[in-house]
Amino acid sequence: MIKLIGRRLVQMVLIMLTASIILFLIFDTDDFKKRIALAELGNFGLSSMADEDYQAWLAKKGLDIPFHQRFLKWGGDVVTGDLGFSFEKDTEVGPLLLGRLKNTGILAFFVFALMIPLSLTLGVLGGMREGALLDRSLTFISVFTTSIPEIATAIILTVFLALGLGWFPPKSAMINGFEFRQIVLPVLTLVIYDFGYVARMTRASMAEVMTSQYIRTAVLKGLPYRRVIMKHALRNALIAPFTVIVLQLNWILSGVVVVEVFFEYKGFGKLLLEAALFGDIYVVQACTLVAVVVAVLSQIISDIGYTFLNPRIRFA
Amino acid sequence: MAVTTSEFPAPSILERLRAPKIMISLVVVMWFPLMIHVMADKALGSFQDFVLLPAIPATIILYLVCISMWKESWIAVLGASLVFFWLFVAVSAPFLPLIDPNTPIAPFASPFSEKKDVFFILGSDYKGRDMLSRTLWGCQRVIVWGVTATFAAYVVGTLFGLIAGYLSGWWDEFISFFGNVLLSFPVMVLFVVILNYLGPSGFNIIIAVTFASAPAIMRIVRGLALDIKTRDYVYAAQTRGESALWIMVIELLPNVRGPIIVDACLRLGYTTVAITTLTFLGLGLQPPDPDWGLMIKESAKTAMLFKFSYMLLIPALSVSTLILGFNLMADGLREMSLRD
Repeated sequence: MIKLIGRRLVQMVLIMLTASIILFLIFDTDDFKKRIALAELGNFGLSSMADEDYQAWLAKKGLDIPFHQRFLKWGGDVVTGDLGFSFEKDTEVGPLLLGRLKNTGILAFFVFALMIPLSLTLGVLGGMREGALLDRSLTFISVFTTSIPEIATAIILTVFLALGLGWFPPKSAMINGFEFRQIVLPVLTLVIYDFGYVARMTRASMAEVMTSQYIRTAVLKGLPYRRVIMKHALRNALIAPFTVIVLQLNWILSGVVVVEVFFEYKGFGKLLLEAALFGDIYVVQACTLVAVVVAVLSQIISDIGYTFLNPRIRFA
Repeated sequence: MAVTTSEFPAPSILERLRAPKIMISLVVVMWFPLMIHVMADKALGSFQDFVLLPAIPATIILYLVCISMWKESWIAVLGASLVFFWLFVAVSAPFLPLIDPNTPIAPFASPFSEKKDVFFILGSDYKGRDMLSRTLWGCQRVIVWGVTATFAAYVVGTLFGLIAGYLSGWWDEFISFFGNVLLSFPVMVLFVVILNYLGPSGFNIIIAVTFASAPAIMRIVRGLALDIKTRDYVYAAQTRGESALWIMVIELLPNVRGPIIVDACLRLGYTTVAITTLTFLGLGLQPPDPDWGLMIKESAKTAMLFKFSYMLLIPALSVSTLILGFNLMADGLREMSLRD
């Protein structure tokens, strides 16, 4: 087990290294440097600039240093905990990233708090009696809700709940600090999009367990049906959904850019998109590193959880 | 199904059309005019008006054949109906009595109202362009770029999957590591970086989607190829002295097709979402030509009143029905393949 985790971590570092080299190579091109200059100096400022002045500007920003030196310096800084400087937001990347991660964390907390009970209950109820009316309607609803892309769900919810009924504000920019009413629509959008997938996984796993021999034995022994479900079936049926739910962490971190942009919620995804469009290399690098770490860690957690939850696997 | 007559009835026309060669040629007749029409619209000139004509009957025949093939699964039929509805709209858009989608006429006309002597069934957008015509024309671009991008990802993914699975060894190590690196990038970072680097356009979307989807396809195909390459018919081909390329394309490829087709339907849905999303984020197809993501993007700022919300709802519902169609089709196909 330790060996497996170690191998995964080594792989993670390798991937981080490869990813950051590729990103640095891309963002080191003249095109992207021009883009930063354009955003900072304006169209007129840049076009009226003489070539020497442009070189001086690059030198001031530290962009004229050759690629390998910048990369090595950046790598050294990251190891010591300094993530660099944001050209666009004009602040240190570290605190900026932390604030955005906190916002996405709040979003993720509410999504999980709503989605996990909902999808597990529906999935277990559906899988208990395969082919029953509840099961079929659940399958249909989940195909339906997962088919509607996040952007469409966001629009439909905004139009009806925010613009029509006026229950919630249509945007979630949180200008005056955190406000619960503003986070409702993004959370609902994400839950509606995601619960169907987890519910179907739970349903499939539960249905499989219900056809197994030991459940039949328990029923034939005359145990109360309730007890068979609660004590015998659930433990095995919830292993697969657990891993799926942990892997959703990855999705909520970087797969929800659209929802954050649409609701103007200041989260991680929006930061990443803005930085990538601006050419803000150090922010993109930091975000990618965080995303890779979360992706690999959630995989490791789901693997470990899988082996711990599975009663058939025992550690010496 | 109970056989009611003792003799076999003569196969109907639709059943005869099910032969793979005919199906493929129908798809080609439907697809290529559409692709040319969208991708090379400037180069066509006056020829542009006629290029889609053969595609219309091909689409209708294909739809009828699909329905008769899948009639045992109503889910697949429903999905196919949704998808073919949009396909039909895409191929027939130039012949429908629509107002030009890019001419501004009367801004903020609500649905079913008349402004400046023009009746707007679905209203007009903030620039005064007809929503109905923009929606119907928009589906052409979404479908063509989405399907082409998915197809490109499949060609690349299948090729590398077959190489990794069949040749194994160093090929496998190298391809798998490269695939893992790509898979561990967050998809959005991949899209944003590639499109940002190459510049937003339809062809670059194809490249970005290929980079994002091909590793996952490669994994599926690799697993299937590893399983199949120990079959007797592969050994027979090896003994005959066929080349590795021949074995991969002629022996392995047809036998991995089943799971791939189901996965392709799902992935078509993802790609359509991705293209709409990317356009919404300003990284995809460029204005002024209509496309659903662009319509959402343009109205997202101006249509924040309930009265004007149709500008957002119409493209959102259109893209949802198309994706629902792909997903229902995938579901129905999977159901039928499990039943066999």
